[in-house]
Amino acid sequence: MHNRGLLLDLTLVSDPQLLCVVRAAIERLTEVSGFSPPECRSITRAVDEAMANVMRHAYGGSPDKRIDVSCKRISGMVNGVHREGLEIELLDQGLPFDQKKLTARSLDEVKPGGLGLHFIRDSMDVMEHSHKNGVNRLRLVKYFSADGKGQKPQGE
Amino acid sequence: MQIAARRLDQVTIFDITGHIDLANSPELRKVLLKELRETKTPRVILNLTGVRYIDSSGVASLVEGLKAARDQGLRFILYGLSPSAREVLQLSRLIKIFEVFDNEQQALA
Repeated sequence: MHNRGLLLDLTLVSDPQLLCVVRAAIERLTEVSGFSPPECRSITRAVDEAMANVMRHAYGGSPDKRIDVSCKRISGMVNGVHREGLEIELLDQGLPFDQKKLTARSLDEVKPGGLGLHFIRDSMDVMEHSHKNGVNRLRLVKYFSADGKGQKPQGE
Repeated sequence: MQIAARRLDQVTIFDITGHIDLANSPELRKVLLKELRETKTPRVILNLTGVRYIDSSGVASLVEGLKAARDQGLRFILYGLSPSAREVLQLSRLIKIFEVFDNEQQALA
């Protein structure tokens, strides 16, 4: 297996009680990776909302299904500029993404629900999804800011 | 998440602590709707000083509380928002529809 850049690999069941565990891990990982406090909160929120979507929609509330979360450091050319960032991948074997539901609702509406997707899109630079061989794959990327922050992992 | 209620004259203050997410937002929704639809307290105040995180399902519960309050002609007030909670309400553009104060004294005024 090729694990270059791998920072974190989690496998957990689809129990909402575990969302706080994932949030704690992602928040700490983003902190030591060098993201700013607002970026850390933003990335953590995106992953939390994505996990909640899997639990609610892909698995229909079943709390014992498998979800894989991996985080890796990536680098490459983006629009002709070298960028480094954090890639987070979520895998599940639930119902395929419903394209119709992937449209975030208008923020002009005052109603409960439909905000999770908006939070994810607002937080991340890349959001890609695919469904292949029964597996949903959601890929989220947040690039480090161009001022050099977060270019190297920072310890305590 | 933990919810404790303080009942004053014509006012109920819910002191909420912890994280509000998919695991517990239904409980928050239930408590709020009971207070607003059954008890019909004229002013319901949520102390969010101890809440570090609110997800979209938590925001949805707050919106349902606000709508129930409006239906009953009651006031629904938030105070003590953490940076994370404030960001979520701003991101969703919902912060402008709530009565939001910095502290309890302002919320009770």
